[in-house]
Amino acid sequence: MKIKYTWDKGVVLLLIVATITGSFITPYFATSSNLSFVIQDVGEIMIIALPMTYLIIAGEIDLSVASIVGLTSASIGFAYVRGVPFGLSLLIGLLVGTLCGLMNGILVTKFGLQSLAVTIGTLALFRGLCYVLLGNEPVDFLSAPITHIGYDNIPHTFLPYSTILLVILGATAWIILHYTRFGRWIFSLGINPGAAVFSGIPVRRMKLLLFTLTGLMSGVAGVVYSFRFASASPSGASGYELAVIASVLFGGVAIAGGVGTMWGVLAAVMVLGVIRSVLQLSNVSSNALLIVSGSLLLISVVLPRAIEVTRSRRKTATS
Amino acid sequence: MQKKLTRSLIAIAAVAALAVSVAPAQAAGVKGIKTGLKIAIMPKALNIGYFDAWNKGAQTACKEIAAKCTYLGPTEATGPAQVQFINKIVQQKYDVLVISAADQNAIIPALNKAKAAGITIVTSDADVAATGAKSRVTAVLPAASERIGTAEVDWAAEAAGKKGSVAILSAAATAANQNAWIAAMGPYLTKTYPNMTWVGGTVDKSVFYGDDDATKSTAQFNAILAQYPNVAAIIAPTTVGVKAAAAEKQAKKSAVKVTGLGLPSEMAPYIEDGTVEKVGLWNPIDLGYVAVYAAGYAKAGSFKGTVGSSFTAGKTTYKVTAGGITYLGDPFTFTKENIATFKKIY
Repeated sequence: MKIKYTWDKGVVLLLIVATITGSFITPYFATSSNLSFVIQDVGEIMIIALPMTYLIIAGEIDLSVASIVGLTSASIGFAYVRGVPFGLSLLIGLLVGTLCGLMNGILVTKFGLQSLAVTIGTLALFRGLCYVLLGNEPVDFLSAPITHIGYDNIPHTFLPYSTILLVILGATAWIILHYTRFGRWIFSLGINPGAAVFSGIPVRRMKLLLFTLTGLMSGVAGVVYSFRFASASPSGASGYELAVIASVLFGGVAIAGGVGTMWGVLAAVMVLGVIRSVLQLSNVSSNALLIVSGSLLLISVVLPRAIEVTRSRRKTATS
Repeated sequence: MQKKLTRSLIAIAAVAALAVSVAPAQAAGVKGIKTGLKIAIMPKALNIGYFDAWNKGAQTACKEIAAKCTYLGPTEATGPAQVQFINKIVQQKYDVLVISAADQNAIIPALNKAKAAGITIVTSDADVAATGAKSRVTAVLPAASERIGTAEVDWAAEAAGKKGSVAILSAAATAANQNAWIAAMGPYLTKTYPNMTWVGGTVDKSVFYGDDDATKSTAQFNAILAQYPNVAAIIAPTTVGVKAAAAEKQAKKSAVKVTGLGLPSEMAPYIEDGTVEKVGLWNPIDLGYVAVYAAGYAKAGSFKGTVGSSFTAGKTTYKVTAGGITYLGDPFTFTKENIATFKKIY
């Protein structure tokens, strides 16, 4: 409990330090218009990071999320170019995302398969379906109603419309995880799945629900993504799963499950966005940016483990 | 102590002298274009030889118009990755953006925002979709898509003796340029060369996608040979694909003819040893060069990109055609005769 406490507090501290340092490094960073860009830039990642936090705490993982974002976007485009009204197309997209999550959940819970293996498979499968749906015809939604809310700011403010969604979803996810029985069950699943069964928690149903929820939220991210770029392309959002998982782990969620806080993850998503923005605005080449994001992922996995090891050593030494 | 002080004084003097000597000589510029413009040159992705050449042309023009040009962009050629950099140049208050669109749709909202922030935009090499045409002044493109496609069919027919079947090794399935060229190749082959066919029956069924990745393109090249052992020629309308195909052809000593769009510097070894007879490409240096001039005049307000209007870059005058597009001209071909000269250039 102690380690977890210091780690996510550290992430929040890092967010503050990075923001302040960033303002000194480049005059372009701490401006209202840049804040809008940073929020838009991390929007989809934050939305998917919420259910991913649940999943990883519960001892599972979903690598197919970026493909679900892509497939949601592709389904919306597929329906829209065939004359389906835009609003209905969006619902179809969300339904497709949810079904993808449900499929992952069924494969894991009913067939007792490893979620890592299952979702590597569906990662490829869902991406393949994107190409089946759209072929080589990307779709643009510029003329569709209300897509401008994907890239415009709320009138008279410097915040993008997605801020509203992020605040609502983030707060809900936080409350559910830390203040409800459902949230406590999620932790129980990760801490000791065997004990969870005996204490009467419907383990399979919970996990099925968590995967389906991840699908739905990836679908929501897919809608946001389609709005932001006013288009659907079969390669949409590819590689996002890495950013999502990196953020969740960097936010202090243990890869082995059972440990984590929602605000640690939310802060971690913002840290990644801030660091990326500062580096870009201070003209660090994008070749170096790749190295930075890779290193952050490694640090977030290696450092907590290193701390753990040294602490337990110190404990054995003192006892 | 004394010695140290003298030494540091000498050092300061030396630095000062250096600073004076490198202070920019008042650049002349070009009449009708404001000097000192802050220009961003954004490729689809960094680390690609073709775009390095494109940038070379842009930088030459920048020197002539006395502008400050920065070459920047993402490492992966996707629209969303480019959008981050478009946002960045809005933040940094650039005057001009010259961009090769990695995604013809996804960057449109960001370009519209950049335009609203006062940035003059010219697309070069790859344009945005027609729905986003209002965001840029003009698009500086190599040659009409149709002519690029049909020229490649001509090269393949010439190499294969005007008979046999042809396959295409393209970039990504979503690459707008390649898809437009391929669309022009289809009917042209059947109409112009009666003894030639597409391996898959129709052109759409004869395209293999290497995603502009060397390893994937090599694998797709082998897949074509495995699926259609009698294929006479492979057209690779992408520099990555044609290089991978030529290398693999050389390694496997395969009989299939390879042609397409290739960088002379990368294709030189294969053209010199006869693995490949002919590849073509427009001159990316010119694309970058002309785009910077177009943007410079547009920023000054003397050029608005309307159809029929024109501007001069270097010694040539370019005219804007339908859709706000400025074409350079026919693709340029490289053979044993001229490869030695051009491999040194790009």
